[in-house]
Amino acid sequence: MSAETQLQIRLRVNGEDVHVTFDAYKTLLEVLREDLQLTGTKHGCELGECGACTVLLDGRPVLSCLVLGVECDGREVTTVEGLARGARLDPLQEAFADLGAAQCGYCTPAMLLTAKALLERTPRPTRTEIRESLSGVLCRCTGYLQIFEAVERAAARMERTEETEP
Amino acid sequence: MSEGRFQIIGLPRRRVDGRAKVTGQTLFADDLALPRMLHCKLLRSPLAHARIVRLDVSRARSHPGVHLVLTGRDLPTRFGILPVSEDEEALCGERVRYTGDPVAAVVARDEPTALEALDRIEVDYEPLPVFTDPQDSLRQDEPRIHDYGYRGNIHKCVSLRFGEVDAGFAEADEIFEDIFFYEGSTHLPIEQHAALAALDRDGKLTLWSSTQTPHYVHRALAKVLGLPPARVRVIATPNGGGFGGKSDVFNHEIVVAKAALILGRPVKICLTREEVFYAHRGRHPVLMRFRTGVKRDGRITAMHLQTLVDGGAYGSYGVASTFYTGALQTVTYHVPRYHFQGCRVFTNKPPCGPKRGHGTPQPRFGQEIQLDKIAERLGLDPAELRLRILEKPFAVTANYMRLGTIGLAECIRRVTQACGWQDKYRKLPEGRGVGLACSSYLSGAGLPIYWNAMPHSGVQLKLDRSGGVTVFCGATEIGQGSDDVLVACVAEILGVDPLDVRAVTGDTDLTPVDLGSYSSRVTLMMGNAAIQAAQRAREVVAQAVAEHLGVPGGRLVFAQGRVFDAEDPEHGVSFQEAVCLAEAKHGTIGAVGSYTPPPAPARYKGGGVGPSPTYSYTAAVVEVEVDRTTGWITVPKVWIAHDIGRALNPTLVRGQIEGSVYMALGEALMEEQVFRRLPAKRSHAFVHKFPSMLEYKSPTSLEMPEVETILVETDDPHGPFGAKEVGQGPLLPVIPALANAVHDALGVRVDEIPITPEKILKALDDKAKGGPGRYGPRSFPEVPWPEPLIVPPPWEGGDGNATHDPRRRHAREGVQP
Repeated sequence: MSAETQLQIRLRVNGEDVHVTFDAYKTLLEVLREDLQLTGTKHGCELGECGACTVLLDGRPVLSCLVLGVECDGREVTTVEGLARGARLDPLQEAFADLGAAQCGYCTPAMLLTAKALLERTPRPTRTEIRESLSGVLCRCTGYLQIFEAVERAAARMERTEETEP
Repeated sequence: MSEGRFQIIGLPRRRVDGRAKVTGQTLFADDLALPRMLHCKLLRSPLAHARIVRLDVSRARSHPGVHLVLTGRDLPTRFGILPVSEDEEALCGERVRYTGDPVAAVVARDEPTALEALDRIEVDYEPLPVFTDPQDSLRQDEPRIHDYGYRGNIHKCVSLRFGEVDAGFAEADEIFEDIFFYEGSTHLPIEQHAALAALDRDGKLTLWSSTQTPHYVHRALAKVLGLPPARVRVIATPNGGGFGGKSDVFNHEIVVAKAALILGRPVKICLTREEVFYAHRGRHPVLMRFRTGVKRDGRITAMHLQTLVDGGAYGSYGVASTFYTGALQTVTYHVPRYHFQGCRVFTNKPPCGPKRGHGTPQPRFGQEIQLDKIAERLGLDPAELRLRILEKPFAVTANYMRLGTIGLAECIRRVTQACGWQDKYRKLPEGRGVGLACSSYLSGAGLPIYWNAMPHSGVQLKLDRSGGVTVFCGATEIGQGSDDVLVACVAEILGVDPLDVRAVTGDTDLTPVDLGSYSSRVTLMMGNAAIQAAQRAREVVAQAVAEHLGVPGGRLVFAQGRVFDAEDPEHGVSFQEAVCLAEAKHGTIGAVGSYTPPPAPARYKGGGVGPSPTYSYTAAVVEVEVDRTTGWITVPKVWIAHDIGRALNPTLVRGQIEGSVYMALGEALMEEQVFRRLPAKRSHAFVHKFPSMLEYKSPTSLEMPEVETILVETDDPHGPFGAKEVGQGPLLPVIPALANAVHDALGVRVDEIPITPEKILKALDDKAKGGPGRYGPRSFPEVPWPEPLIVPPPWEGGDGNATHDPRRRHAREGVQP
């Protein structure tokens, strides 16, 4: 594998268009962390096992360690840095911070993005739906329960907000 | 302390670093990048035990993009976390001791180039006999894995006898003897270990590392690199999970530091997941034999515990781990006479070390299952038996552990009540069951890792006219919330919003020494140091405010960002004004606090492991459903009550308890750090069975049961605001409680973990064939135990010293022990 071959692609990252040049072998994870300095996306194995590198690609959760950068030309990526609206945190972020859903915080970006995609699809998920949707992201700290509660609280808050803001 | 007295302590609250963690702004070690940074990779041994006959790195050195290749010759000084076992080399010089032991390092412009260069290093190994099992190491003295230790391949072998143990057994109505095995497991933090080294603009070495113990890394770097400690700075980046796995000094930390010194450029390394399995330092596999004498009413008359501890290839914390397998049996239940024998052997596997509970979950597993068997034989309810034999608050135990508050009786009562024990135990239908177990754990090790008389934790406080407070402490945030505890303690005393307090932690240049995030010591030790610093600062501010308001200082209240007269709350100033007054009166405001644990009553050799300012207590009930046909176990619910002393932030306390339950269930049901031989056609090497997260099974969100957490507060006099530990203790009872629940469900015993479906089926099969319905180890090997050190307990006239120390006698007689 030669590090000399570079590629340029156009990405829409967190709502902004960027052109990024990178070594052709790189995964989306590496492009985000090393070439775009978006280090909020983490890695725990780089083999598609732990889920820590989850980002949204065209709105769907993907393991960014298993996606090549070159596959992402013209596509839309959301990372944890793109969840807040300005300085205002997403309801999921608020709930995770308030309810102890982030301990070491290492799996948190992946949990947040996976939950974000779930709530887009299923605004009021059951506990079972939450368990199933998050089962691809490993957390060693929390025992998951405070994460489930945070997703439930965020869902409830978002629903209330929608009711009051037509 | 009366309820309602606190403003911040005791209230569920967002942790101070919560926002950073949910926005991706927390910078972990591998998130750091510096200009001109190079990347490092290690070449690791493919063999478990071999002599390095030839090592040729010339082709790697000449590979384009390679800046440096290091070998063992470049780093000859040995190191190790304990001064008694400095047996590690940053890169192996002559010998490799486990598959994965590093022999060379390449520093290159990027990781792919470094990996290419690793392939160009030529190593010839002469294979040596491989010790795969502790029994091999006991049987065969040669070749020695290390040239130090007890003898042959025995690293440490101890025998401690507290009181007239034989007389204790003679008084017993029944004597129980059981053998248990506890398999090894690894921490599996989601963050892989990473480290970045650089020379700062003054030429001083800085190492950023995902370490739980920056102070010990600081000492080791200075020693191995031959630098004055004042020229070395270690910054512990927030750890993406530690659980004990980042408490050692690691070879990769030393390698990148050496490379940065040579190259004058930043050098970073991030271990792959496979390498994290080799770094290990996880749970020691332990075989144990418990012999316990009891009276008919359940009282213990004597206990004899033997442990055989599989240490892996290096010392790590192993000497302490060995003592820990025997130190806390007496802290939960009253054991008047106690004989402990522990033996740690070297094997050719990644070194074991401290994992959550450090050496105590293994004997806790055995002890709590044996108590279940005792209760059954004596016809007692397991909860009732435990309530009868609990140790007393503030007691000094047979092995001279001085206890603090004990809320275990309340824990047992509340947990059995919450789960409906009376209606469930022995009453659930076949295949369903409940099990109970209890435990205790240290709130900080009473002694430091290296002998010194200095504080274990130091805190420094800066207040200025902005009204902002900065608190400095060497403590390390590993996800447990140490920054939050630090800020909460300061904010409570000064009456300010925690968000107005900034924590600077884990930086050996900027922060006073704290020994690190291990042994559940941070809340108690750092918390007490923080309270002392904050109280001192408060006094200085109070003097100035008292003068200004014309009220006695003792009447001032610091609350809600104000300082005011308790008798006239309107009469006061804002905290910011108060600091301005103090700055005008006294000059620049700063304060320090420190904490040193009280001296322990244990004065015998080996008594340094186990003492703590106070101990936490936990009781857990686990409910299981077991399928008789497949042996599959599901855990619908766990009830757990923990004597926390006081919950400083209940949200974080609950998180530690639920996280402990989770990790315990992983160990109980599936997690195994185990090894295998490759087929002969593929080198026959002895390798990790599955160094990947896919095959090393750990519980996912789907397996996590419902948990009912109950906090019991006993306001311990040694704790900051009465608090005790919560990071490790709650893991301990869950594992034996699950084993006991399996027995309640099916009437069979699995006396080893993990409790897999296969073992359940074997136990059922044993029962069907008329056997006892047990799966587990059947024998304990011969161990060349040393003559015991004899220490009479307090009730036999002892004073904490040994009355008979065989080493002294041997020394007198000129005999080698």
